[in-house]
Amino acid sequence: MEKKIKVLIAKPGLDGHDRGAKVIARGLKEAGMEVVYTGLRQTPEQIVRSAVQEDVDVIGLSILSGAHTYLFPEIMKRLKDANRDDIAVIAGGIIPEDDHTELKELGIKAVFQPGTPISDIVDFIKNEVN
Amino acid sequence: MDIDIDKLYKEIKNGNENKIAKAISMVEDGTKNALKLMEKVYKNVEPSYMVGISGPPGSGKSTLTQRIVQLWRKEDIKVGIIAIDPTSHFSGGALLGDRIRMNEIATDSGVFIRSMATRGSMGGLNSSIYDTVLLFSLAGYDYIIIETVGVGQNEIDIVKLADTTIFVTVPEAGDEIQAYKAGLMEVGDIFVVNKSDRPNSQQMVLTIEQLVSFKEGKDIWKPPVLSTNALKNEGVSNINKWINKHHTYLKDNNLLQKSRKNVIKAQMINLMEKTLNEKYIKPVLKDKKFEKYIDLIYEKKEDPYTVIEKLLLN
Repeated sequence: MEKKIKVLIAKPGLDGHDRGAKVIARGLKEAGMEVVYTGLRQTPEQIVRSAVQEDVDVIGLSILSGAHTYLFPEIMKRLKDANRDDIAVIAGGIIPEDDHTELKELGIKAVFQPGTPISDIVDFIKNEVN
Repeated sequence: MDIDIDKLYKEIKNGNENKIAKAISMVEDGTKNALKLMEKVYKNVEPSYMVGISGPPGSGKSTLTQRIVQLWRKEDIKVGIIAIDPTSHFSGGALLGDRIRMNEIATDSGVFIRSMATRGSMGGLNSSIYDTVLLFSLAGYDYIIIETVGVGQNEIDIVKLADTTIFVTVPEAGDEIQAYKAGLMEVGDIFVVNKSDRPNSQQMVLTIEQLVSFKEGKDIWKPPVLSTNALKNEGVSNINKWINKHHTYLKDNNLLQKSRKNVIKAQMINLMEKTLNEKYIKPVLKDKKFEKYIDLIYEKKEDPYTVIEKLLLN
């Protein structure tokens, strides 16, 4: 059997809906990936533990609330503590461009804006994993 | 890349979550290292008690799993969960969503949840499921839950792995039950009608009781039909009680041994099918001759039986 790309789609914080996350999850599934989705309102602890147990290649963080500069550093720190900072982390949702540099300095590989074609994300992930 | 198998084995035994997770991925991908690791595991590890949970989509399997596990955790029992969702035949991808209903146990240090896609290319059982059971057993998980959607032969094969199989359904599933009769109804050791607050739930209990009540005899297991409301946490402790009863029944009648041997047999058949597929069928599919033969059969110049003789048996 060939290696399958496994992705965790996670929603940190208190967002009220997860339409975008679900669209991404489906898109990645249709691109042949195995996608774990954990639902709304995940703590950094839950996200990192899921990523460890599922042994994912990529974590996709979806956030709309504006709490990204507060929650993402905590997630990145916990990944490091768990010895899994080799997992590629990407982000999407409502994230102002002003914050992109700060997030990339944290180690987040890419920030996708609303309107990004799913194929761009698929290509990015495939490139990142291989 | 060669890795130190003895070291990995020890790290798994010590409960290192990173290593357990990595080992499961190795097994899923069928790497050379996985074969070496599993050689040692099969010769040293006794499988923990396996509970299968199956039933139609939306019947509450994951929510019930969470409740059952919460009760075990009160007794400090460690639990490994394998949550299986189907692989798409078209894209080869899968959406693994069972964790959504298990958030209350997701950070419990005594619980390891692993989502898994069925993958199986030949319609057989994904052999990495039982290998994962063994890896969890090595890591010290006392109970292992295998959760799967209860539709199709694939899933029936999965639940057959388990020592105790729980079939979950809902009051509205009346017509579906007819369809399940031939398959899953026969492998269920415990039946659960979930969402007991919905209308007609008692009627559903009676319907299933009638279906399973034909089994007679002194030492024959008569599956109970239980009523639960997983969301409100009602009736769940009954399930745990009946799992224990079934476990005792299997032990008292020396059936555990027999069921474990059957599992090994099923695993052997899976692995043989997988090996044959990799070694013989896949190369044929890649061969240009194969497409030509399809054309010839279509043009009525050949027949499949003769072609298979030529392709495989020479």
